[in-house]
Amino acid sequence: MSDFITSVKEMNGIILIETNGYLNNVGGEEISAICYEKMGLGQTKFLINMAGTKIVNSIGVSILIEIIEKLQEVNGKIGYYNLAPIVSKTFNIMGLTKYSTVFETEELAVNEL
Amino acid sequence: MKKPTVELKLPIIPNMELIATQTAEVIARHMNLTEDQSGEISMALIEACINAFEHSKAENNVYIHFLIEENSLVIKVIDQGIGFDKTKVEIPKIENKIGHDERKRGWGLQLIQELMDSVEFESNNEGTTVTMKKNIK
Repeated sequence: MSDFITSVKEMNGIILIETNGYLNNVGGEEISAICYEKMGLGQTKFLINMAGTKIVNSIGVSILIEIIEKLQEVNGKIGYYNLAPIVSKTFNIMGLTKYSTVFETEELAVNEL
Repeated sequence: MKKPTVELKLPIIPNMELIATQTAEVIARHMNLTEDQSGEISMALIEACINAFEHSKAENNVYIHFLIEENSLVIKVIDQGIGFDKTKVEIPKIENKIGHDERKRGWGLQLIQELMDSVEFESNNEGTTVTMKKNIK
């Protein structure tokens, strides 16, 4: 486990990834490495708990777009929860919310993804 | 009375943009800006710094000037790189990126313009100055 990815667990067939700190290119690649590894094992649903990530950059978020694209190929889904307001706004501006979902809480995320 | 200013000189080293955001947060608190405004300034600043670090091909430092005005915060991000032609920068759309070969990056200018109240670009082959303004509401 890295400083950025603090937890990876499975719940109801969904992979939950918890992050902490700055989502930049390095953080984005750490998320994608986990997603692609799990996709190789047949997993298609992912949730990212971003409670510990108060700041992002567009390069890190662009890597999430790459993950969305790869998930579309296997009818998979990705969602996020516990977003800081500026992170949520950034996801909206970049259009991620058209292809993935932002949830308020883990409970909603796990039940509705 | 001279308007208060804060000036930073950042070496081009990964994640140096976070020094700029920490400074911006202190200034935002001093100016009693909202949490949302502070977050928007930090995000725009990160993107302007990344552009200066990565795309300008500047080899030395990037300079950031914070100008604390009565009704606004003005931030200038200055590099001495190769410059760019803003008219040739396409507005990114996620629809054109997902499922297509188009590279997924290229969101910086769009984010800066969406998050700040006004943005001006001055650029030539000796460098670029991005001037961003956040009004106090």
